[in-house]
Amino acid sequence: MNKARQNPLNTAAMHGALILYTLIALFPVFVIIINSFKTRRSIFREPLALPDAESFSLIGYQTVMKQGDFFLYFQNSLIVTVVSLAFVLLFGAMAAFALSEYKFKGNTLMGLYLALGIMIPIRIGTVAILEMMVATGLVNTLWALILVYTAQGLPLAVFILSEFMRQVSDDLKNAGRVDGLSEYTIFFRLVLPLVRPAMATVAVFNMIPIWNDLWFPLILAPAEETKTLTLGSQVFIGQFVTDWNAVLSALSMAILPVLVLYVIFSRQLIRGITSGAVK
Amino acid sequence: MTALTLTNVNKSFGTVEVLKDINIDVEDGEFVVFVGPSGCGKSTLLRVIAGLEDVTSGEVRIGGELMNLTPPSKRGIAMVFQSYALYPHLNVRKNMSLALKQEGQSKQVIEERVAKASKMLNLEPYIDRYPSELSGGQRQRVAIGRAIVREPKLFLFDEPLSNLDAALRMNTRLEIANLHQQLDASMIYVTHDQTEAMTLADKIVVLRDGRVEQVGSPMELYNNPANQFVAGFLGAPSMNFFPSSLIGERADITTGIRPEDLFLADEGPITANVTHVEHLGGDTNVIAMMQDHQITARLFGQYQVDAGETVRFGYTPNRTYRFDQHGTRL
Repeated sequence: MNKARQNPLNTAAMHGALILYTLIALFPVFVIIINSFKTRRSIFREPLALPDAESFSLIGYQTVMKQGDFFLYFQNSLIVTVVSLAFVLLFGAMAAFALSEYKFKGNTLMGLYLALGIMIPIRIGTVAILEMMVATGLVNTLWALILVYTAQGLPLAVFILSEFMRQVSDDLKNAGRVDGLSEYTIFFRLVLPLVRPAMATVAVFNMIPIWNDLWFPLILAPAEETKTLTLGSQVFIGQFVTDWNAVLSALSMAILPVLVLYVIFSRQLIRGITSGAVK
Repeated sequence: MTALTLTNVNKSFGTVEVLKDINIDVEDGEFVVFVGPSGCGKSTLLRVIAGLEDVTSGEVRIGGELMNLTPPSKRGIAMVFQSYALYPHLNVRKNMSLALKQEGQSKQVIEERVAKASKMLNLEPYIDRYPSELSGGQRQRVAIGRAIVREPKLFLFDEPLSNLDAALRMNTRLEIANLHQQLDASMIYVTHDQTEAMTLADKIVVLRDGRVEQVGSPMELYNNPANQFVAGFLGAPSMNFFPSSLIGERADITTGIRPEDLFLADEGPITANVTHVEHLGGDTNVIAMMQDHQITARLFGQYQVDAGETVRFGYTPNRTYRFDQHGTRL
């Protein structure tokens, strides 16, 4: 333990900085949530005041429930996010295993090719993607979104996971081979549990952009029955009039599932971030 | 019958030749140690025998059968790894029984063999623990147990003791020697530690740069090394080498004398300046400079010699070795 860490002044300063950052980061979320419980008038009069007996109102939530099929949007978002994440993790981990474990011609080239996707934003290809989806009849299905998000998430997943898989002991994999385990068993039973922190990291990095995306739902699946939550919330934002109660309520509710998924992954995530630094 | 026959085995990674024309026979029940400095290819050779690496050319026969393309699990071998390589999510019992389950053995057979192995290795108190709850020595015993239960034709050990501390290393070394007697199985053991090689082996294979330098029993190699490398590698402290001109012979020849063959003698032919003395109790190691060549003398018993002194050593002439410029024994 070094001296600087034990100094109470330094500890206080460190915690002060962290608390300040937390407050700044949480402030917008806090404002959204308190205002979602207020009447329209008090939102504009005193945006920072907590809801009291006079200003308290659930009108926003009522509007959201009445207008549009909000639960369907919710369900669509959840399906798209969870299925895309599952595909990204499964295929990403498999590709990473192949790249890190097997020697074959063009291994490095293949790794670079897969990593190239990190540098090129997938939105550049929107027109081509739309044409493809039209040709295959996938427009206005959730599959269109799932496929696009899987493609979008794979490069980073392969890049991060192959780095982690290289660190898994060769002896362990070889012990499995000598004991007669198949390559699939070695992958699923020995290697995957050991890279779980990295998987959680990849999951969190991919989850939030997918959940929040407005671009692809708007272009590929704008139909009523395939609208995602972010797209569904847009009905309350008009060119001239915006129903702020409803927008704030919808956003407040949209935070919840991400929060739940994040809590599930976060314990693993912290280990993932520190695992490179501390043995 | 021979347990293992390697014929003209070559292995290269890309353009790098790692193993060059290896020919080795291992008889049934024999304990063979591959020894050599790090990077000499001994681990690669073991992995080739295990089937974890393919040979580039040559033949690998285990129990007489050609095994070049047989996967590791079908070769009738079991391997113990340096880093133990226990399955972290399985307890000791399941670690040991996994391979048998994969082979499709009956529950009864599995139970019997696991019980027998855990008794042999004193693992019974830990049988339901997970690897993370075991000490290094216990983990290594589990790894050995995992090999024993398979009742293989050939055991492969890849530097199994190098992660253990000195005291534990000696105990485990004895355990492995006992195990070899009890099981009467053929074993191949890879190490860079010449003490392990000398104490365990029936036959030692000395490797350097992917080539077999010499094969023989420990005493054969010790008393009759084929070249300067083998002479210097086996024995601790290692053999002293100096140009023969220093003892009044031809200058183009190197003389080797083992440290224990040097003794203090008032009229001895070797004069040297003591630079350092190691008092070990049982023996005394004197490190001295003979002109600009360092030599070590291992004197049995306790001697009062101080650094800075000039001493004279004698030696028994028929206990010296001569090597030519290429290191070949003359």
